[in-house]
Amino acid sequence: MAMANNNGGARDRAPFPPWILTTLRTIGSIAVTMLGLMFITFIIGRVMPIDPVLAIVGEQASKSTYDAAYQQLGLDRPVLVQFFYYVWDVLHGDFGDSLLNARPVVEDIKRVFPATMELATLGVTMGIVLGVPLGVIAAVKRGSWIDQIARVVALVGYSMPIFWLGLMGLLIFYGILGWVGGPGRVGIFYVDVVPSVTGMILIDSILDRNWEVFKNAFSHIVLPASILGYYSLAYISRMTRSFMLEQMSAEYIVTARVKGMSESAVIWRHAFKNIRVQLITVIALSYANLLEGSVLTEIIFSWPGIGSYITTALLSADMNAVLGGTVVVGLVFVLLNIFSDLLYKVFDPRAK
Amino acid sequence: MSETQNLRAWLLTDTPTSRRHAKYAAAYQGWLSFRSNTMAMIGLWILIFLVFVAVAAPLLAPHDPFEQTLSNRLQGLNSDGHILGTDSLGRDILSRLIYGSRITLFIVGLVALIAPITGLLVGTVAGYVGGWTDTVLMRITDIFLAFPRLVLALAFVAALGAGIENAVLAISLTAWPPYARMARAETLTIRSSDYISAIQLQGAGPMRIITKHIWPLCISSLIVRVTLDMAGIILAAAGLGFLGLGAQPPSPEWGAMISEGRRFILDSWWVATVPGLAIFTVSLAFNLLGDGLRDVLDPKDAEK
Amino acid sequence: MTLLDVENLWVKFPSRHGVFDAVRGVSFTLGKERLGIVGESGSGKSLTGRAILKLIRPPGIMTADRISLEGDDLMPKSERDMQAVRGQRISMVMQDPKFSLNPVMTIGEQIMEAYQLHNAVGKKAAFAKAVEMLEAVSIRDAPRVMRAYPHEMSGGMGQRIMIAMMLIPNPQILIADEPTSALDVSVQRQVLDIMDNLVKERGMGLIFISHDLNLVADFCDRVLIMYAGRIVEVCDADKLREAKHPYTQGLLNSLPRLDEPCARLQVLKRDPAWSEAPSVSGRI
Repeated sequence: MAMANNNGGARDRAPFPPWILTTLRTIGSIAVTMLGLMFITFIIGRVMPIDPVLAIVGEQASKSTYDAAYQQLGLDRPVLVQFFYYVWDVLHGDFGDSLLNARPVVEDIKRVFPATMELATLGVTMGIVLGVPLGVIAAVKRGSWIDQIARVVALVGYSMPIFWLGLMGLLIFYGILGWVGGPGRVGIFYVDVVPSVTGMILIDSILDRNWEVFKNAFSHIVLPASILGYYSLAYISRMTRSFMLEQMSAEYIVTARVKGMSESAVIWRHAFKNIRVQLITVIALSYANLLEGSVLTEIIFSWPGIGSYITTALLSADMNAVLGGTVVVGLVFVLLNIFSDLLYKVFDPRAK
Repeated sequence: MSETQNLRAWLLTDTPTSRRHAKYAAAYQGWLSFRSNTMAMIGLWILIFLVFVAVAAPLLAPHDPFEQTLSNRLQGLNSDGHILGTDSLGRDILSRLIYGSRITLFIVGLVALIAPITGLLVGTVAGYVGGWTDTVLMRITDIFLAFPRLVLALAFVAALGAGIENAVLAISLTAWPPYARMARAETLTIRSSDYISAIQLQGAGPMRIITKHIWPLCISSLIVRVTLDMAGIILAAAGLGFLGLGAQPPSPEWGAMISEGRRFILDSWWVATVPGLAIFTVSLAFNLLGDGLRDVLDPKDAEK
Repeated sequence: MTLLDVENLWVKFPSRHGVFDAVRGVSFTLGKERLGIVGESGSGKSLTGRAILKLIRPPGIMTADRISLEGDDLMPKSERDMQAVRGQRISMVMQDPKFSLNPVMTIGEQIMEAYQLHNAVGKKAAFAKAVEMLEAVSIRDAPRVMRAYPHEMSGGMGQRIMIAMMLIPNPQILIADEPTSALDVSVQRQVLDIMDNLVKERGMGLIFISHDLNLVADFCDRVLIMYAGRIVEVCDADKLREAKHPYTQGLLNSLPRLDEPCARLQVLKRDPAWSEAPSVSGRI
């Protein structure tokens, strides 16, 4: 039997099955990345020009009050020791207290993160639903008017400042046409009407069967989500197009045609199946980019998410909040990467 | 006339007579194929125009970009001598836009120097030396890649203090890792090729191999990448300016101008709209130019 | 009996420097025989094979006075009607199974798909038929191979799987486009024999496209020699040694022979007149 069995021999000799080694290696690389990420953020937090002690005790505080606060924050210890304590706390799920409102940073993040998730998820969904078919059609009908449109869509998406597009959207659809709700997650009369279960108002209002809140929340989210969606549409459609072009010139496509398959079956059953893996990576990347793009979008739309949380914290030297927020976003980045690696293994038989 | 004909023929020859001849001929033929790409030429012209505007700003600007006339604030388009209106302090928007082009070019130019060179150094060293150096350098690169770019830039500017130079540093800091990866990948393929072994046998040292043989081969893909990155750099700089972390008032930075106009968006829409259009046009021009350059310099990646 | 009758087939590719004619007015017929098409790369032999299936993609253009399959002209047929012809009546095996099998589908899925496209049967029947077909191409442990992916197969197995997949709808004509050139020499003969037996058993016509003159002389009944998009000579395979056209002679003389060793092999000299001369008809 000429079946190629590559790892059969190695399996018998190695002390551990290969998947354990792979898993360990993955975990190790995550740990190193996260540690490095925390270290960089930590150093940035330490060299901030605004004095966090002053931010707590105020300009008029006496020397002894200042020193007490200084020691309480642990700033008298060497930086590496401080970092060690910080990592220790983070591992126990403690990001410290916000210097501004004295609440645990973890609670703040729990509150703001779902808002960003809601926005980015809706955005990336729009990007996938429109971008993937657009990219496929553009590749299959290369040079057609649809391909030209896809090209323009992508070019404009790559060239437009997101915060400006948000402003223009607000101006046109809210200010002039009045089609959508304005800034914020819900109108002022709907704030805290539905109990927070997931922290995502669209889902919470469905759970509560409060359709009025749902409608209002939807009218608020639709514009910022569309704007984020446009960016992921630009990226996803361009990448889909290029992946599909590569596959459509492959020899197995000729085989499928020789079999007598219809062109649509050739495209979707054969070619598309082969780009799934690459597409997953692109979507994960696009999602991560949206979390980032939401920083500016959230500010334009007064969206109480992690982006505006980090920005506000930065501008007021709230070190713990900045560190916590950045570490969480970084963690999501890393997790998305691992997630797409895992799916890679599921969908590509060659990766096993 | 016949002189130019001769030059053309000389440049289009299939059989170059010297190394320099071949180089010029290749450049000319690249230019010919670039020139036939209308979109790329449009991008190039926009950028030439931008440079011209930046250089000739004092001659072109109808008003002093810093002169405030509070009685004349938020004037609409084309109102007494202000073609693009005035902002909330009564400054002429067109003049500010013209002077702002200098800031944009300054930022883009500096980042386009710092980031690729850093990346090239890190990448080629990692790729050429290999072993532990490679592992450590690439780990660091990965850590920077794991960061959301804008958040990192934000944090950096906040730590170093707001201002245009720090914005440049922060953007460079977030922009170099992809170059490092690219340069490393190229170095790895080049290093294992036969002609490198050949010059090694002739006694060439690592410095000579890296600077004379590896860098020149990385350059073309680097240029393409830089051009395509410029749009991103402009957007990032504008984003920092918008957050108040880039150029400080009263400097006419385009992102900061949008931020200022944001407060009046519903009543005086042009204040925020016009600088946004300027940012859009310039980054579009860089994207068009980059696409065209890629087709000429990096044909294997073309049509993607 | 004539299975296929091709008359005046052209394949053209418009480019920036004018139209390039890749196949120029080729005519031939195919009965229940093994017809070889020989030529060097770029002679248009592969494109001729694909044109018969009307698989020339834009911007390529193909024209022909007639491509008739058992009296049924394919030229006026729509793309939709051609889908019923492809696979079921004319099929094709390509050069390298590494590329011609879909890497992310199991072998079973791909073979069953080929059968079910033309036969309204359930999964079970299709599976049984596929296993039977795999066994017909001498693949042992067929049910296990059905679950495997193409990258787990060796080249020879891959090509036998390709043959099984292409013959499962029971076509009348098989086009084999360099079916063994990507394979190890040791398995080439085996794959050829399997293909030959199946084609003979089923009374099919075979078009065998190759650059390998000896192989074609050995394996086929009749040979068309193509040069620059035209047929320059037609002859019976066993009379190939007596070929008259200088190009064919040049090809023969550029091969080393055990029985007539010579100090220096001839280099093929090309005469521009060859490509200008009208195409020889391969019709009977």
